[in-house]
Amino acid sequence: MAGLLERAFTSRAGKALAGRFGLAEPPVLRRGRVLPDEPVVLASLANSTLAGDTLELLGVVSAVPLRDDDAELPAYPDRIGAIVVDACGLREVRQLEGLRAVLRPAVRALAGSGRVVLVADAEVTGVEANAVRQALDGINRTVGKELRHGATANLVYVAQGTAAPDLASTLSFLLEGRSAFVDGQSWTVSPARDPIPEPGQDEQRAPQRHDEPPAPLAGRIVVVTGAARGIGAQIATVAARDGATVVCVDIPAAGESLAALANRLHGTALQLDVTAPDAGERIAAHVATRYGADACIHGIVHNAGITRDKQLANTDAQRWAQVLEVNLAAELRINPVLLEGRPGGLADGGRIVAIASTSGIAGNRGQANYAASKAGVVGLVRAEAPQLAARGITVNAVAPGFIETDMTAKIPFVQREVFRRTNSLGQGGQPVDVAETIGYFLDPASAGVTGQVVRVCGQNLVGQ
Amino acid sequence: MSLPRSAVVVGGNRTPFAKAGGAYAAASNLDLLTSALDGLVARFGLAGRELDEVAAGAVLKHARDFNLTREAVLSSALAPTTPAVDLQQACGTGLEAVVYIANKIALGQAEVGIGGGVDSASDAPIAVSEGLRRALLAANRAKTLPQRLRALSRIRPSQLAPVAPQVVEPRTGLSMGEHQARTTATWSISREAQDELAAASHHNLAAAWSSGFFDDLVTPYLGVTTDTILRADTSVEKLATLRPVFGDSMTAGNSTALTDGAAVVLLAAPDWAQRNGLPALARVVDAQVAAVDHPGGDDLLLAPAHAVATLLARNGMALSDFELYELHEAFASTVLATLAAWESAAFCSERLGLSAPLGPIDHDRLNITGSSLAAGHPFAATGARIVATAAKLLHERGGRARGLVSVCAAGGQGVVAILEAV
Repeated sequence: MAGLLERAFTSRAGKALAGRFGLAEPPVLRRGRVLPDEPVVLASLANSTLAGDTLELLGVVSAVPLRDDDAELPAYPDRIGAIVVDACGLREVRQLEGLRAVLRPAVRALAGSGRVVLVADAEVTGVEANAVRQALDGINRTVGKELRHGATANLVYVAQGTAAPDLASTLSFLLEGRSAFVDGQSWTVSPARDPIPEPGQDEQRAPQRHDEPPAPLAGRIVVVTGAARGIGAQIATVAARDGATVVCVDIPAAGESLAALANRLHGTALQLDVTAPDAGERIAAHVATRYGADACIHGIVHNAGITRDKQLANTDAQRWAQVLEVNLAAELRINPVLLEGRPGGLADGGRIVAIASTSGIAGNRGQANYAASKAGVVGLVRAEAPQLAARGITVNAVAPGFIETDMTAKIPFVQREVFRRTNSLGQGGQPVDVAETIGYFLDPASAGVTGQVVRVCGQNLVGQ
Repeated sequence: MSLPRSAVVVGGNRTPFAKAGGAYAAASNLDLLTSALDGLVARFGLAGRELDEVAAGAVLKHARDFNLTREAVLSSALAPTTPAVDLQQACGTGLEAVVYIANKIALGQAEVGIGGGVDSASDAPIAVSEGLRRALLAANRAKTLPQRLRALSRIRPSQLAPVAPQVVEPRTGLSMGEHQARTTATWSISREAQDELAAASHHNLAAAWSSGFFDDLVTPYLGVTTDTILRADTSVEKLATLRPVFGDSMTAGNSTALTDGAAVVLLAAPDWAQRNGLPALARVVDAQVAAVDHPGGDDLLLAPAHAVATLLARNGMALSDFELYELHEAFASTVLATLAAWESAAFCSERLGLSAPLGPIDHDRLNITGSSLAAGHPFAATGARIVATAAKLLHERGGRARGLVSVCAAGGQGVVAILEAV
């Protein structure tokens, strides 16, 4: 039940009043596997063809950019849905002018939930080149803050040798509604170890029919812990939508809603406390005794997490340990077990996805234990990714900001409204936004994305 | 026994069992059975699948539930084209339903099915008196208003009181507890032995819960996550303080409480399980039913003692050949009297026609994860609870370990079965 203040605020009069104080209704974001309705503009600043090749591979027809080169500012005749700027090859500060020249008309014409996507080199040599590389991040973050109506800006750094098939999953994620709440972020894409199969060439995939939605996870098993409700249930739902056979894991006490979810998704339910010493063995055994002894896990999403908030001055050993056990130690124990090559373990070429948090990145009052666990997840991801690269296994994390869940609904209204609004999109994210980002990591086509932490926070003000 | 093949137990599921009038007071048999089915479907990924048949039943059954199991299938995540049958053999229902499905699989009439049962002592049907019922039926048949009024005018005020179901044997007018009190006296079962068995049941069940044994056997329902009758901290001393309710030694502590709950077991042909990547925990080797002449003075709940003798003879086995004994605890003294009967040279000779007693069993192999005294006893669900538990325990032991399952039932009946680890 909403409090008096919340009801007043969300009443018609309250909304009108709030609008006058700059707290207008936030825009409804474009979500799902949909590209912008309006044209996608492509600008290449230094003759790189990577972004253009990638759009072509994705079947996205690109439009020619306008440039602010002359005395009169050119204007797009209609709204544009996105601008993709290929900044690969940019090495000098003076070349940044090219970026300004294409962005200025574009941001003026950008539609609601439009996209600015910058593509730049991850590794450059020389002082000026590195300055330029970092300058792009500053531009990206600023454009993200300036864009309105649910539009976002993101920056993809590409490592040397990255080709269109490596970049395709990232670019389609960023252009589509799946990345609705990802804003102001930058991360790196590298060449995949093995060639990424073209849709239809992967023998594990069912033949893709043109009139059906894409099912990149068809025939693959995805394990989601903490799946009974909230973000976990949404992660499982999105994975199932993408074709996965989902193993829904949660503590035995959550079994009723877990069973309902597993049945809705035509998956299986595994009642298991992930902090059990044999949790990894039991996950593998479940997979091997449900899907056959030769079955492997394609992806595991370590979503199970708890909070036991208190300021450090009031945090006892139990509160400390519980949070670190569930949120961090459990996956540290489970991953090696699944990587031993046992029946029902993680397949080579598989996916490990962890859940970090903006609280871990920026710290959060009253959450020393939670921040420790979630920052720990970031460290885990960065350390484990290179170890598993040779097996084609990627390890990544999402770092959610303020997401509308049962958990955040318990935060007092004023504090909750502040959390909601202190980001570039002026609203809280939805569980599906976290789930879609995880779906992007799980996609077999994301083989070149590893060791990355992607914030799903609407460009929350806190932290890096 | 030589059948074309044996059915295997793939796994089981049940609701936590709850004391009657408690957490499930508003849940119907249909609700409980649907929940148990859905938990099983989720555990084995059967959503949307068509199974060959589901057999289940309830002892306390409303007239509207004439197709209880089929309706539960339709409410569940199973394919709506899954057929179902209602069976009922009092407290033997759950085990009889498992045997029914196992037999169909053995005969090649089915590849995969579910057996189980449900009971709600809370949501029991309440009937109208016989006089009122006849008057209402006559009024319903009447063609004219005067005829109808005449029929209704035969109703007497005394007939308006509702009739609640009773756990009473129609032939003897004695309650089950009163019958068992006679058996307890006949076999000289001591109060101490009964309380020890009851305490062990609670302690064994509590240990199984805390070790996570039930993580893949139970799915929570309506916020209930464990069996509510279970008292982990009970003791022989505490049980000794309870006053007798039947005879001079049977108390609420060493008798099962009225319970709500449902349990189901997934059974399949071995190659079906393999084809579908599912486990096989235990083989259903054989089963037997028996009945005694309780109106003629036989012990009401000792029919399993007879059924086991037949079953052992047919399978060329001795009573000591089992790794596990799962004897339903209707009352602590029922289990103890059954064991005493098997040890009695006189009983085994005179009643079972054996030259030597069946002998004692190793008590460390009896109900090792607890039974009905601690878990509760939703009548028709108990057999399926026991089969799922026994199959899991046998599978853990491996090596073709065998288990004996025994359930006594009202009407002087008993159902017993042999399971063997796969």
